[in-house]
Amino acid sequence: MKYVDEFRAPELIAKAGEEIRRLADPARHYRIMEVCGGHTHAIYRFGLKDLLPSNVELIHGPGCPVCVLPMGRIDDGLSLTAKPDFIFAAFGDMMRVPGTHGSPLEYKARGMDVRIVYSPSDALKLARLNPDKHVMFFAIGFETTAPSTALTILRAKLEGLHNFSVFCNHVTIIPAIRAILDSPDMRLDGFVGPGHVSTVIGCRPYEWIAKDEGKPVVVSGFEPLDILQSIVMLLRQLRDGVATVENQYKRVVPWDGNRAALRAMAEVFELRSYFEWRGLGFISQSALKIRSVYAEWDAEQRFVVPGVRVTDPKAAQCGEVLKGVLKPSQCKLFGRECTPETPVGALMVSSEGSCAAQYNYQHHRPVSIANAVAL
Amino acid sequence: MCLAIPGKIVELDATSANQAVVDVVGVRRKVDLGLLQDESIQPGDWVLIHVGFAMSKISEADAAEQMRILAILGESEAAMQEVRGYGLEDEKHLNRQQGSGP
Repeated sequence: MKYVDEFRAPELIAKAGEEIRRLADPARHYRIMEVCGGHTHAIYRFGLKDLLPSNVELIHGPGCPVCVLPMGRIDDGLSLTAKPDFIFAAFGDMMRVPGTHGSPLEYKARGMDVRIVYSPSDALKLARLNPDKHVMFFAIGFETTAPSTALTILRAKLEGLHNFSVFCNHVTIIPAIRAILDSPDMRLDGFVGPGHVSTVIGCRPYEWIAKDEGKPVVVSGFEPLDILQSIVMLLRQLRDGVATVENQYKRVVPWDGNRAALRAMAEVFELRSYFEWRGLGFISQSALKIRSVYAEWDAEQRFVVPGVRVTDPKAAQCGEVLKGVLKPSQCKLFGRECTPETPVGALMVSSEGSCAAQYNYQHHRPVSIANAVAL
Repeated sequence: MCLAIPGKIVELDATSANQAVVDVVGVRRKVDLGLLQDESIQPGDWVLIHVGFAMSKISEADAAEQMRILAILGESEAAMQEVRGYGLEDEKHLNRQQGSGP
């Protein structure tokens, strides 16, 4: 509860906490998955678990794009840096993610031309500034980010800029949720739906989860009060034995999403028949590739990419953590070999990864104490 | 990755329908409006920005709240760094790195 005084409307938060305790049937154990890594970060930062009764458990979902990217994709992307006059551009989040032969930052230290960009359009600008070089943007992200990449490719085409390409790792959230629901070792009662992904895709794509799987979904904002209200809404549905999709984040998320963004994505991308997710394995139709009309701006169609496959280090239990079967602190490497400074698994790299979130906010204490207080 | 940064539209680009200058806590940068082409965006409007693209129109109150949440999450620094990075305003810095530049 130590972060409560920093919240907006602490009295409302206390009320939401009371309402959650009132709604939670002591005879039941609730497992609610927050899909989005941003929510995971907020939950740890605000110590929200302290406000929940012990029978309301939050399971951290796959919504951290850095975390679910298999190492082989990083190796593939970085292999191209050996080309002459080649610039590898990526978001800052990618820079410390380990590949087999090092992270992008380590490649940079070895003299490869690796740049941080904050926007795909800045990678395009780099291409304009360096006409004698090739600039490849290593794109990651869910539907929040994919439309920006799509628009950037459309702009490159419009400008006739040919020294630019995208190494596309964009993934889609719905197939990942389906894979988790299909996983035999998972039992979930409902979902806190992602906020910013839903700004783009809207709320309709979640309807099957309610209709076919009988699990409620509440699309949620990122404030403590938003997340707690979403849990209240989920528990009300579970109490009433109904399952629908509700939108708690109406102030930002339109029910139908952002049509302009969806149009740009549909124009540039098509679904890959399958894609590998770290921890979840191969999931069919779960990622985007660049349509052949835009092949010139697709690094994978334009260059020879080795197609590296790397199995995760055996000792690291990223997959189990990613599926919510294990809590981060239950992994054998957590806080020992694997820390945010020296990450073994990707969940430790990004602040949105559940391992880094738990480590940063709960694990400054010795392991035994942290394990003792783990909820 | 999921950073959504609130900014106020200061000026629409007369030469490009897709560009606007936004103000994020005093820092002014160009952002892309291409994802909001179905909406009418005017100076004074508040938007949420993700990786250099305005992705939704929001109210001023929600913008203030979003900035607060970034601060409490310890991400306002990263957000401002991101905003300052937009448009490679610091182009010289970017082109100064080893193995690059004309």
